[in-house]
Amino acid sequence: MRSTTDRSAFFSGLRACAPFILVVVPFGMLFGVLASEAGWDFVQILAMGFLVIAGASQFAALQLIGEQAPFLIILATSLAVNLRMAMYSASIAPHIGPAPLWQRALAAYMLTDQTYGVAINHYTMHPNEPWTRKVAYFFGAITAICPAWYASTLAGAVVGQAIPGEFALDFAIPITFIALFAPALRSLPHLVAAVVSIVVALNLAWMPYNSWMLVAAAVAMVAGALTEVWVERRGA
Amino acid sequence: MNDTLIWSVIVALGIGTYLIRFSFIGIIGDRELPSWVLRLLRYVPVAVMPALVAPLVVWPEATGGEPDLPRILAASAALVVGAWRRDALASIIAGMAVLYLALWLLG
Repeated sequence: MRSTTDRSAFFSGLRACAPFILVVVPFGMLFGVLASEAGWDFVQILAMGFLVIAGASQFAALQLIGEQAPFLIILATSLAVNLRMAMYSASIAPHIGPAPLWQRALAAYMLTDQTYGVAINHYTMHPNEPWTRKVAYFFGAITAICPAWYASTLAGAVVGQAIPGEFALDFAIPITFIALFAPALRSLPHLVAAVVSIVVALNLAWMPYNSWMLVAAAVAMVAGALTEVWVERRGA
Repeated sequence: MNDTLIWSVIVALGIGTYLIRFSFIGIIGDRELPSWVLRLLRYVPVAVMPALVAPLVVWPEATGGEPDLPRILAASAALVVGAWRRDALASIIAGMAVLYLALWLLG
């Protein structure tokens, strides 16, 4: 950390992301539990958690491997789930873009739904912060989530079958996503984008390989942007 | 025999996912994006996440894809509290509390 203000940005990122440990832990544990039930060994479970760090795609891969699907189908499906991260990457690039390559390379490794959601909320509220503070904030968020993800994946692998189904941990995933976007519903364009996203997703859910997700997201982005233009013109 | 498949997926998915994450952060760097791109990017979170979550709420995997009142109530609680309090943790707590309460009362 270069200065005390960067250090304080680091800790405010850490604090902002800390609540999501509560969400990441069940998610990581659930993966560990299900993978060990599917016959994966410790090293495989940890390697997946360490290299991929993207729960939804890990579950997709786990399920399709269990179904003995072809390698390329498994890869394409799981990567499709993660394509949203290209949009996160694009969205966050203007904020941390001036940072040295090694810092951006490290930030990219931990660009998750949680760290992205927390960071972009902060950057939206403080657009003129210097990039060193923005990077420090992001590393703080990473530091909150990363160890919890590794530890919970390991714990899940150890716990194995001990978590009964009635805990309904499956629904921690949807609740996480809702908690990440609900606070952003602060204007008419955001609301329009969210509603369009939901309507398109539900109508196109029959499309294979999660491709509906990307179509819905693209349409909703355009709907939000067009609504913003419309609101500005009316106000002018 | 399954080990080969598991390891190839782990490695390929790890590399592929990293390249997706690195794409814009790594390539675009500090170059400015056009304003229309920034306008679109403002709506990434509210465009991607509802699409991801909506089918999981309406057709939950835990019930084999059957719509389920406790899960719909829980999702609504998370949404309302999150939007009202502007607080992700409050949203999560509300959602999980309503889920367990509804599963206990209705389940």
